[in-house]
Amino acid sequence: MTWWKRLWRRREMEEQLEKELRFHLEQHTAELIAQGCNPEEARRQARLELGGPEQVKEKCRDARGTRWVEDLWQDLRYARRTLGKNPGFTAVALLTLALGTGATTVMFTVINGVLLKPLPYPEPDRLVAVHSHTDTWNTAVYGEQNVAYLDFLDCQRESRSLEMGGMLFNGATLSSPGKPEYVDLREITSEFLPVLRVPMFRGRAFLPEEDRAGGAPVAILGYSFWKSHFEGNEAVIGTQIVLDDKVYTLVGIAPATFRPGDQEPDVLTPIGQDTAKYLQNRRAHPVTVFARLRTGAMLAQAQAELALVGHHLAEQYPDTNAARSFAVQPLRPDVGDVRSTLWLLLGAVTLVLLIACVNVASLLLARAVSREREFAVRVVLGAGRRRLIRQCLTESAVLGLSGGALGVLLAAIGIGPFVKFWPGSLPRAEEVHLDWHVLLLAILVSLLSGFLFGLAPALRAPVGQLEQTLRAGARSVVGSSRRLHSVFVASEIALAIVLLVAAGILGRTLLRVSSLDPGVNTHNLLVTRVALSPGTLADPAKIRVAWKDILDRAGRVPGVESIAAVDTVPMREGNNQLGYWTTADVPPENQLPFALATSVTPDYLKVMGISLREGRFFNDEDRIGRDPVIVIDDVLAQQAFGGQEAVGKRLWIPDMGPGPFQVIGVVGHVRHWGLASDDQALVRAQFYYPFAQVEDALLRRWSELMSITVRTGIAPLSVVEPLRRELRGATGDQVLYEVRTMEQLASATLGTQRFLLLLFGIFACLALLLACIGIYGVLAYLVSRRVPEIGVRMALGATARDVIGLVLRESLEMISAGAGVGAIAAVVAARLLTRLVAGVRSTEPWTFALMVSVLVVAALLASFIPARRASRIDPISALRQE
Amino acid sequence: MQTKSDLPQGTLDLLMLKIVALGPVHGYAIAQRLQQVTRDVVQVPQGSLYPALHRLENRGLLAADWKETETGREAKFYRLTRKGRTQLETEAASWQRLSEAVGLILRMAEGGAE
Repeated sequence: MTWWKRLWRRREMEEQLEKELRFHLEQHTAELIAQGCNPEEARRQARLELGGPEQVKEKCRDARGTRWVEDLWQDLRYARRTLGKNPGFTAVALLTLALGTGATTVMFTVINGVLLKPLPYPEPDRLVAVHSHTDTWNTAVYGEQNVAYLDFLDCQRESRSLEMGGMLFNGATLSSPGKPEYVDLREITSEFLPVLRVPMFRGRAFLPEEDRAGGAPVAILGYSFWKSHFEGNEAVIGTQIVLDDKVYTLVGIAPATFRPGDQEPDVLTPIGQDTAKYLQNRRAHPVTVFARLRTGAMLAQAQAELALVGHHLAEQYPDTNAARSFAVQPLRPDVGDVRSTLWLLLGAVTLVLLIACVNVASLLLARAVSREREFAVRVVLGAGRRRLIRQCLTESAVLGLSGGALGVLLAAIGIGPFVKFWPGSLPRAEEVHLDWHVLLLAILVSLLSGFLFGLAPALRAPVGQLEQTLRAGARSVVGSSRRLHSVFVASEIALAIVLLVAAGILGRTLLRVSSLDPGVNTHNLLVTRVALSPGTLADPAKIRVAWKDILDRAGRVPGVESIAAVDTVPMREGNNQLGYWTTADVPPENQLPFALATSVTPDYLKVMGISLREGRFFNDEDRIGRDPVIVIDDVLAQQAFGGQEAVGKRLWIPDMGPGPFQVIGVVGHVRHWGLASDDQALVRAQFYYPFAQVEDALLRRWSELMSITVRTGIAPLSVVEPLRRELRGATGDQVLYEVRTMEQLASATLGTQRFLLLLFGIFACLALLLACIGIYGVLAYLVSRRVPEIGVRMALGATARDVIGLVLRESLEMISAGAGVGAIAAVVAARLLTRLVAGVRSTEPWTFALMVSVLVVAALLASFIPARRASRIDPISALRQE
Repeated sequence: MQTKSDLPQGTLDLLMLKIVALGPVHGYAIAQRLQQVTRDVVQVPQGSLYPALHRLENRGLLAADWKETETGREAKFYRLTRKGRTQLETEAASWQRLSEAVGLILRMAEGGAE
């Protein structure tokens, strides 16, 4: 019989044991009687020879080898009973722990989903990304460089160890079926889906023969877009759609998990059918390359192969590929800058959990001290020290695990709202849910915290000097217990100070950056992208007419005061960073200083409310064929020309043509990177150039990027529908998308700060509350134990004031010790915040002082209640108690 | 409570295995037989008999069934398992060697060691 079977059939085993021993006794007795004993005497003798039946049974139970489980069971039942006897204590402890573990579990769930989980494709560790690399490329500014389409094809053909697939970000207007809509289009190679091993939701992936010029035009729908635009109708496969005036046949639907680059595409088409010129140019590198290591192949091998390919290409095409190589890196989920926010929050919840543990520990300790007598009695009755410690720890483990279970419940409820509340959208949000990893961690954390807060009381529970303990009853505070209590209170205060100071600094930062001048007038300003009618895109002249038409028509919409077109909008995603130089001998690209380039129409300055400092802004005369002109902001003026007069000077901007560009005006700086982040941004300087001077060859690409900004006299969102109707265009397929107000954009740039402040604020309040409960509980307990002593003092003439002073002094000692340690820790935390959160300044002495004093005052208030109670002790009855 | 028997360590197990090897037998009969065999030599407290039996059962050396005795009462009868028999044989053999060796030394003539 295995041990668990023996355990399972414990009752049966007990019965059999009983029966076996009874049989033995009866048999023996009968034999003795047969030998002539009288029955009474025979029974006595049989019993005597066997030994005490209970002891024999105990020994037999020990022989079963399941003893520890039975003890555990007993301890568990005992723990439940003792906890049940103190419902107040149990409820407070459970709630505290549930909040602590709940918050930790939520944070870990998010971190697990966003940062730790591998990509949702089979064998994710075999997936790699391939980047181009040139020495002149400024990775700090631009990020990793993608790959030219022709280079991709060469790499793909030459590599033995990699299965490669490419993807191109694009956009298009879907004009049929249904309402015209601008869609997120990805052009992919036929290998792209197979490389990721993405199983199609319906239909099939692209065939190799479809991924080349002249192949049958086919398209695949993204799952969400299929649900929204096609109402999830599976019969769409085989039907036709019109994308930028070209007819495609739908062959499949991608699964919902397909989110390359953490964004679900709306429509996929084969890249090989795209005849755009820039795809045939090795200088342009628009293709995102994902690859999979073939069985047995190593990363270094793949890297070596591609290095060789790069070398050959450099010899073959020295113009474009001279210094270009290719780098292979493991493919990782792209989660942007949430990493630091998440770890910061995990740190904060860990502090809350620690405070919760300390709080419960001090409660438990107080209880353990009052249970000293109970423990002493048990030791006298034969309980070993180990056995008592084990029992204490079982009790705290029960507390910890039940608190943890409640916490997981809280987390399960709270995780949805938390993700929804995340500013902007949480990357990989679809991966965030409670799973076994999280549950395991939650159990571990609860057990660990149970151990943590149970250890101190457990270790001090069965102290020696039993006699003294038994005689003194429960009326003395042993020195070590008072010290331990002080340590608990001090650490709670210290932990709470860290959270309070962090919250204070975040609040101060938010106040400060909210009042900063964004450089534009955000009030009553609407921003929306416009996708021109696909029919106009082929002809540059038509494009120019279309934009002029848009501005004219929009200006006629009631409520619209002025309107302009612009390629990159401040405080929205997207920017164009270009190198510039002040003389004609321009150095290599990676040595150039950078500035943000923005193409605009003449009314832009007026619409945005940007201030003109010197010179003039653009007018209708600044168009193609005239001298190229630019307007710079005061940051660039300072950066490029020092304090000198900038108007009339010239700049060389290699990416915009041979130049030079004449500076005709200086305008105020706009916080392009957002209110908080702009000060720390790598590239802050800005210049504007006329949209009318964009070359014909680039016009189509630029048109795809353009937005309009609309100054309104009424609530900006109320003009959206009239604007939409007015700008539909002659063919009805000109659409507005990404409609925002400037106020929304500005506010969104502070989303992270606001979110952090809210959470840190909640955590800090929780910490403050827990610390106050902790200090109140400890003092109330200490006072109650000192009733006789205080009675004596009062009998000897101490006044109520003296007694209050006595208690408050004691509490102040603990508080100041905690505040000292906490202040040091808070300085470190503040440093961390400065590094991780945009806009935070390292020194905020006033905030610091304010937050520390808030805590000290609150803690003193909490200690005042027990102090007052102590001062009201009646000396006579106190002495009588002794 | 007395926990040690005066038998050398491990001998009780060997004796019980041997007694059970003679045929299925219940606890009381084992105690009787043990007493008969060792009455004058060693003292086996009956209290340590049952824990020892249960331990052997848990180790799989003995198996037990509930059967009727000749007097018609139900009792727990122990019998030797295959594993128990192997154990008995090896232990008996090693005991034999040990006691022969000890006996040899003890039988040596006083002057023989010189």
